[in-house]
Amino acid sequence: MTAFLLRRLIQAAAVVLVMSLLVFLGVFAVGDPIEILISPEADQFERERAVKALGLDLPLWQQYLVFLGNALRGDLGRSFVFNEPALKLILERMPATLELAIGATVAALIIGLPLGLYAGLKPNSPVSKGIMATSILGFSLPTFWVGLMLIMVFAVQLGWLPSTGRGETVTILGMRWSFLTRDGIAHLIMPALNLALFKISLVIRLTRAGVRETMLMDYVKFARAKGLSPARVTFVHVFKNILIPVVTVVGLEFGGTIAFSVVTESVFAWPGMGKLIIDSINVLDRPVMVAYLMMIVLLFITINLVVDITYSLLDPRVRLEGKQ
Amino acid sequence: MLTFAPLGLPRDKMTVFRHAAGLAAGLAIAGLALEPAAAQTLTMGVGAPVTSIDPHYHQLSPNTAVAEMIFSALTETDSRARITPDLAESWRPVSDTVWEFKLRQGVTFHNGSPFTAEDVAFTFERVPKVPNSPSSYAIYTRPITRVEIVDSYTLRLHTASPYPLMPTDLASVMILDRETHANATTEGFNAGPMAVGTGPFRMVSHRNGDRIEFERNDNYFGPRPAWSRVTYRMITNDAARTAALLAGDVDVIDQVPTSDLAKLRGDQRLTLAETTGLRVIFLSFDHVRDDASPFVTDNDGKPIPRNPLRDPRVRRALSTAIDRNAITERVMESAALPAGQFLPEGSFGYVPGLNPPRFDTEAAKRLLAEAGFPGGFRITLHGPNDRYPNDARIIQAIGQMWTRAGVRTAVEAQPWTTFVGRAARQELSAFLIGWGTSSGEASNPLRNLTATFDREKGYGASNRGRYSNPEADRILEQAMRELDDAKREALLQQATRLAMEDVGIVPLHIQKNAWAMRRGFAMEARADELTRAQDVRPAAAR
Repeated sequence: MTAFLLRRLIQAAAVVLVMSLLVFLGVFAVGDPIEILISPEADQFERERAVKALGLDLPLWQQYLVFLGNALRGDLGRSFVFNEPALKLILERMPATLELAIGATVAALIIGLPLGLYAGLKPNSPVSKGIMATSILGFSLPTFWVGLMLIMVFAVQLGWLPSTGRGETVTILGMRWSFLTRDGIAHLIMPALNLALFKISLVIRLTRAGVRETMLMDYVKFARAKGLSPARVTFVHVFKNILIPVVTVVGLEFGGTIAFSVVTESVFAWPGMGKLIIDSINVLDRPVMVAYLMMIVLLFITINLVVDITYSLLDPRVRLEGKQ
Repeated sequence: MLTFAPLGLPRDKMTVFRHAAGLAAGLAIAGLALEPAAAQTLTMGVGAPVTSIDPHYHQLSPNTAVAEMIFSALTETDSRARITPDLAESWRPVSDTVWEFKLRQGVTFHNGSPFTAEDVAFTFERVPKVPNSPSSYAIYTRPITRVEIVDSYTLRLHTASPYPLMPTDLASVMILDRETHANATTEGFNAGPMAVGTGPFRMVSHRNGDRIEFERNDNYFGPRPAWSRVTYRMITNDAARTAALLAGDVDVIDQVPTSDLAKLRGDQRLTLAETTGLRVIFLSFDHVRDDASPFVTDNDGKPIPRNPLRDPRVRRALSTAIDRNAITERVMESAALPAGQFLPEGSFGYVPGLNPPRFDTEAAKRLLAEAGFPGGFRITLHGPNDRYPNDARIIQAIGQMWTRAGVRTAVEAQPWTTFVGRAARQELSAFLIGWGTSSGEASNPLRNLTATFDREKGYGASNRGRYSNPEADRILEQAMRELDDAKREALLQQATRLAMEDVGIVPLHIQKNAWAMRRGFAMEARADELTRAQDVRPAAAR
């Protein structure tokens, strides 16, 4: 296990280094931040001053080395726009995105697993067919459209939920969380559901496929022959086995949810990292873009690692392989 | 200071009286209104994120709007962009190179620190020194060579040469307090402790990119704002902003999308505040190259050895071929006015009678033939697709109009971040771009858009097509030394006329600005697009 972890960490470091170069080059190629940031009324003298102040007068390789040197010391640069450390800006926004992503994942499991289980156990019932047909919608409807429809129905027409934004927050461990207040939950429901929509469909389909496959296995047949109650067969023997693919996919999806919650965050004016990154791209705030992408790279590497470890906990075969 | 002591007492009494009157009025209103608590709070939804609370860090309209709620400058622009007093009560040039400002007395900062001429001097020192500023306000303070403090409330600003724009420029420079802000950092402003000004509101909290909360500054020297608390929310998605208004989560929104205007206008629960803005949308041409221009070819796709866009007849033909009314009425859904110059009617330097050319495809064809292009040519028209309302659709419409006049036009719309760099590097032949004249007077677009690119003079920095007209330059420079307003306006009109008759740029339209609000709210719509809480008030009861 230690060798495995060590190998994975070295791989991770290499990936981070290569990514930093790619990200830096990519961000550099998009455009000139000075043209975007500077007041159009600024004269040539002022433009030259700004180029110098932001360190954009250096050649690209030098800019990269400066960035790398600072990054090794834990400094990912200062935002051009906010004049604050890029990392601080991102971390400030992180709780908002995390609670949105966790909310979406929890919703996906709470809604998706029972529905998928039902559809798998009773594949021919009209309800199951309805569930499966609806899940196609969840896959294919664009997030921004569903988000706007949710707002139109639940906020504008019915007035049940607030349309946009994040609710009241409480500070825990120096970070602001909104899921602990009533107002915060009210604000969280729609964006989390919107973000979960795709995932719910995914979980339904994975669960259903898993159940249908597992039900035909010999050990299930044996368990039933032994006279175990259907509930025990379903929830102990079947359920445990279908969890492996579900955990893998939901785990990987979780990274994607955090990294790409951009659309939901901008439709619901949710002040998370996704909104920060899209605003930063719009004004070519390079340090924030680079820092964000580096964070996401780290996040994916960590999630993959966690998924691997969870695997070994869920599936004894993986554990045994490791021991040999 | 002693001389002002006797004045102090009555002024304090005045304040007390005003408070008492305000309280009485408040009670009267509270007695009548059904929801007295709600009546005093305002929630605004704005479309562009505020990036900094430091008023000297990043020049950007949303930042200016918020700065004008917390801070004050020596002068201010009113809703029609005319200069009015703010912290300065009056000003005049005492000689060709000296401006004298008389300051308002008895003003205090939010923390009680008094405002004096020392604070102005301190502010002018700080402005160019703000570290890492991506767009400094130093362009407004640089003409000042020396600040002379005559007394606590009189200030003389010395310049190297006559500088008529001093009162205009200083409207952008928010005054800070020498005591409070001596070591203020941009982070200090964003976090809150340094957000101390003399403006109508105090900042209570700031959540970057999300919302800013304000409360009324009861000691404000100007008109008392109608709101005791204001929430300023940033909702960048157009549809979400409109939905937030319809759901009643916000009371006012800005940047109403043109496609929603008709629907919102018909909604009984809402009202709109609209006004002609100061942003002109125009086409710019490649004036750099005498030989082949990168996106101009003949009808067979081969480069043309001479750049047709250098010929004023070709430029006039292209302008004549555009049906501006069709664009403003259909593409812009009447949220714009056809334009033949930089500014709307009523602005300083507006040229009466300088109208856009009458749309005439045949006349355009004749002009092209005269210029030696009877069969026209091919061109690619570039533009942004995420910057101005309907920008990509406008260039598509123009592409069709030009093609009808014989200039076969391809259209390429790109994201602003990519597009603007290409335009600034003179990589394009013809492109659409906009200009907001926040100062509301004509020297601003003349200096930046059509004056010859000149690093030493600091002119033409946004002249991306590199148009050059020495005669217009000469008149502009004369105007920039002219302290007499009437004479200066005449010169600016003359320079504008020269640049427009030579078709240096092709103005298309001037945008209208629109805010939508729930019934029961009223707002003074500003030409400069700023969304400020002090401009909103409860609608008069009917």
